[in-house]
Amino acid sequence: MKSHGEPVHALFEKAFAGERRSIGQLLSVIEQGGDQADSVTEMAHTFTGKAHIVGITGAPGSGKSTLTGQLTRISSEAGWKTAVLAVDPSSPLTGGAILGDRIRMDDLAGEETFIRSMATRGHSGGLALAVPAAIRLFDAVGYDPVIIETVGVGQVEVDVAGTADTTVVVVTPGWGDAVQANKAGLLEVADIFVVNKADRPGAKDARRDLELMLDLGHISGLNDQNEFRPPIIMTNALHGEGTNEVWKNIKEHGEHLHSSGQLEQRQSNRIHLEITNRLNRVIGEVASSVLETKAGRELLKSVASREISPSEAAKQLAAKVLK
Amino acid sequence: MADKKIRILLAKLGLDGHDRGIKIVARILRDAGMEVIYLGLRQTTGSIVAAAEEEDADAIGLSMHNAGHLTLGPKMVDAISGAGLDIPLVIGGIVPDEDVADLLSSGVTSVIGPGASAEEVVAIVNGAIATRERK
Amino acid sequence: MTEEKSPNEKLKAAWSEQYNSANLRDVPFETMSGVPVDPVYGDGPYPGQYPYTRGIYPSMYRSRLWTMRMFAGFGTAEDTNLRFKELLRNGGTGLSTAFDMPTLMGRDSDSEWALGEVGRAGVAIDTLADMEDLFAGIDLAKVSTSMTINGPAATLLAMYVAVAEKDGVSASQLAGTIQNDILKEYQAQKEYIYPPRPSMRIITDMVKYTTAEMPKWHPVSISGYHIREAGSTAAQELAFTLANGFAYVEAAIAAGQNVDEFGRRLSFFFNSHSDFFEEIGKFRAARRIWARWMKERYGASDERAMLCRFHTQTAGVSLTAQQPEINIARVGIQALAAALGGTQSLHTDSFDEALALPTEDAARIALRTQQIVAHETGATNVADPLGGAPYVEWMTDEMERQAEEIFSHLEDLGNGSILEGTYEGIENGYFVGEIADAAYRFEREVNAGQRIIVGVNEFTEGDDPDGRNLLRISAETEDYQLKRLQDIKLRRNQKDVDLSLKEITEVASDPARNLMPAIIDAVKVYATEEEISDSMTKEFGTYVEKAIV
Repeated sequence: MKSHGEPVHALFEKAFAGERRSIGQLLSVIEQGGDQADSVTEMAHTFTGKAHIVGITGAPGSGKSTLTGQLTRISSEAGWKTAVLAVDPSSPLTGGAILGDRIRMDDLAGEETFIRSMATRGHSGGLALAVPAAIRLFDAVGYDPVIIETVGVGQVEVDVAGTADTTVVVVTPGWGDAVQANKAGLLEVADIFVVNKADRPGAKDARRDLELMLDLGHISGLNDQNEFRPPIIMTNALHGEGTNEVWKNIKEHGEHLHSSGQLEQRQSNRIHLEITNRLNRVIGEVASSVLETKAGRELLKSVASREISPSEAAKQLAAKVLK
Repeated sequence: MADKKIRILLAKLGLDGHDRGIKIVARILRDAGMEVIYLGLRQTTGSIVAAAEEEDADAIGLSMHNAGHLTLGPKMVDAISGAGLDIPLVIGGIVPDEDVADLLSSGVTSVIGPGASAEEVVAIVNGAIATRERK
Repeated sequence: MTEEKSPNEKLKAAWSEQYNSANLRDVPFETMSGVPVDPVYGDGPYPGQYPYTRGIYPSMYRSRLWTMRMFAGFGTAEDTNLRFKELLRNGGTGLSTAFDMPTLMGRDSDSEWALGEVGRAGVAIDTLADMEDLFAGIDLAKVSTSMTINGPAATLLAMYVAVAEKDGVSASQLAGTIQNDILKEYQAQKEYIYPPRPSMRIITDMVKYTTAEMPKWHPVSISGYHIREAGSTAAQELAFTLANGFAYVEAAIAAGQNVDEFGRRLSFFFNSHSDFFEEIGKFRAARRIWARWMKERYGASDERAMLCRFHTQTAGVSLTAQQPEINIARVGIQALAAALGGTQSLHTDSFDEALALPTEDAARIALRTQQIVAHETGATNVADPLGGAPYVEWMTDEMERQAEEIFSHLEDLGNGSILEGTYEGIENGYFVGEIADAAYRFEREVNAGQRIIVGVNEFTEGDDPDGRNLLRISAETEDYQLKRLQDIKLRRNQKDVDLSLKEITEVASDPARNLMPAIIDAVKVYATEEEISDSMTKEFGTYVEKAIV
């Protein structure tokens, strides 16, 4: 723990009263995980369910931070108290990270906007828990919308953005490697497509490719149960072109979720995923500890001496845990 | 997982655009396992304080190359304490030895001199944070 | 039967003819021991012959030494004016102005951004009145002046023209250079105001204006110096700089300018670092590449439009804060590389610059250092004395090869256009990323002890931090400058100022009109630099770097 000194519930009260520094400190608590983080989640949970959760994801260099900055500006100018959680990868070698997304957002953000940078910290499991917890905190203390920006590589990052109420997937002309993107499930989760850098050659082709994939039903996943055909919006986020259109579509999608009853479905998907992740984590911890027991070590020996197979050993251990 | 990660905010205050050094320092600190929140150029004391609150930074690092450190250093110290924050402030860049004492007595936590090695940079940042945590 | 001349003999004969008609300095061209030496050795193409690898003039330094142009500026305009006069008295032959950070960023001394920076790293200029003081008592028809300014370059050029006019010197008589190289600001130095495209429009307006009105003026000095200082490699410095040059050429051609007319007034500014042979190879490659591209790609036919003329400054980044006196040796070696590389002008850094602005003593030693290279070493007797040496020729080729690779990449980024590729490279962080990578790689090598920097990671005994005498800019400078600005704002005719600023915004909104006359009108009624910048920001917006670390 960092030396904040203050108990979590005191911080939460201040955060609830709108003190930004306490929100910042609670986010650190959440990032560090463990019991303290869980208690933040417990305190926050009952106050949630009001914020519109917007995920923005895309390949590195697609301009999603710039787009996020523009959307944040539009949103805060329209009077919304906006929170941004910008997730960037940690270095797999050193665990450190350079988080530079604020550069693209700061000058656009209004006074009421809260921007937080978060590193993935190598633990995909950690990220999968920390992001929903951070969203929950922002929601509980009155931020709406909450924008989550992630790099659309890696399943966890895609999941994190993809389980938002409204997911915006950013592509650029010449993103070309549609197959690659599709493999990551990136296209599957889109409610809105943005073709950024639309002044570049190939922008129309990118749009046509997306239209075609939608027509052919190649993109049909999690979010395609509501007959909401994802719009494709051309932008030049750097110059603010087309960004109002993106914002309008995000709001419309939000309304559509309400009126169609899809919102509850989204929220329940999100909760489902979060519980799954937490469950995996809890069971994972138990599983590792059971391997360290005497019985576990004996089973390991039996597998090593070819008396039983690894799958048989796992079954026996599982039986012990689940008993 | 309960990772204890140092989060440091790096910025250039004012108009000075020399960012070779601060970018190298950002990478050095990243490679030492820290999370570096990079604010870049043309920051004000206000924007730095606001970011430090939101990011819950463990330290603030400023890089100065325009001989403005004796004015801007104390101004940053005032802004941090004025906001009721207790965050160590580390200044690097072109700071002549004879100015170090003045900066430290004005409330700057540590100064990284020109030519400091990567190990020295990391040690100074760690030391600045440790001083604060002991208080 | 007449004997057929070999190709090289033909080149030599053509060169001889040019050499023989050149005016030479009245000094003996012989060694210290009295051995006469030829003006050039080895094979052609010879100096002054396309593609100018061996130098841009047939007689090189035998006719004229490089301009010893010492960069100076600090405090108020009056302080710097005294330093200028001192430099001219000491044998300096050109003035070079360093502006303070607020001036470089288009801000006035009373801006909240200017706090602590007024007059610190250069001279503070807010209005025409400061410019009048800066050049008081100096005959602008006789000196050549270089102004290192980019974002607000149009305003400073307008002030220079207005000062000269008041002294009865017409714009057409003014000789000098304004840096005005905005592209490298986005890539390295970061002193920009507007986004790249409107900035390019201002530069194009300045090129048009100077082409028509100021024939002795270099409207753009395409600068690799800052790219190198930001941490690039020698080849990156070479390639990014020349590519920026190509970008200006493409922009000017697109604006209807004749490549021969403006091409001959472009000049360059390179860094001279400590790797002696790499630097010399870089300078030689620069001339060759520029000539080829101007001729073959952009269709220049006037030889003067193919010449890569350049100013050189020794590498500030190589100076160490530890044992600063040994920097004098570094500067000497770097200055010699610049001379052997065929530079047209040279600034030598002062040994104390890693700590603060140079003191007068240190600036004098720096000037003396290049005077030693010019007058004592004999390096100026023979043009391109290292030409033909296998290592030097290989290095020249290698620099060219690396640069061409980078040009190809930029062409890909811009679908065949270097200008568009450069815009794209700025936007997507290509330049800053490459430079930061190179800087970090070098730093790690130093840190690991793989590279020795004398006095820093080896041979560290003998540093005496107490024995230093640093130049201090007193806080009074700032107070003085603020009072002065306030005074001028009270005395000027506010109505004229308002009208002139409105006119600038108006002209800015119409790409068919030239901004220069409107800016000149505004400086004459004592509109401030920041007011003029803001009048354009209204139309052009501002630039914030989006790129990554």
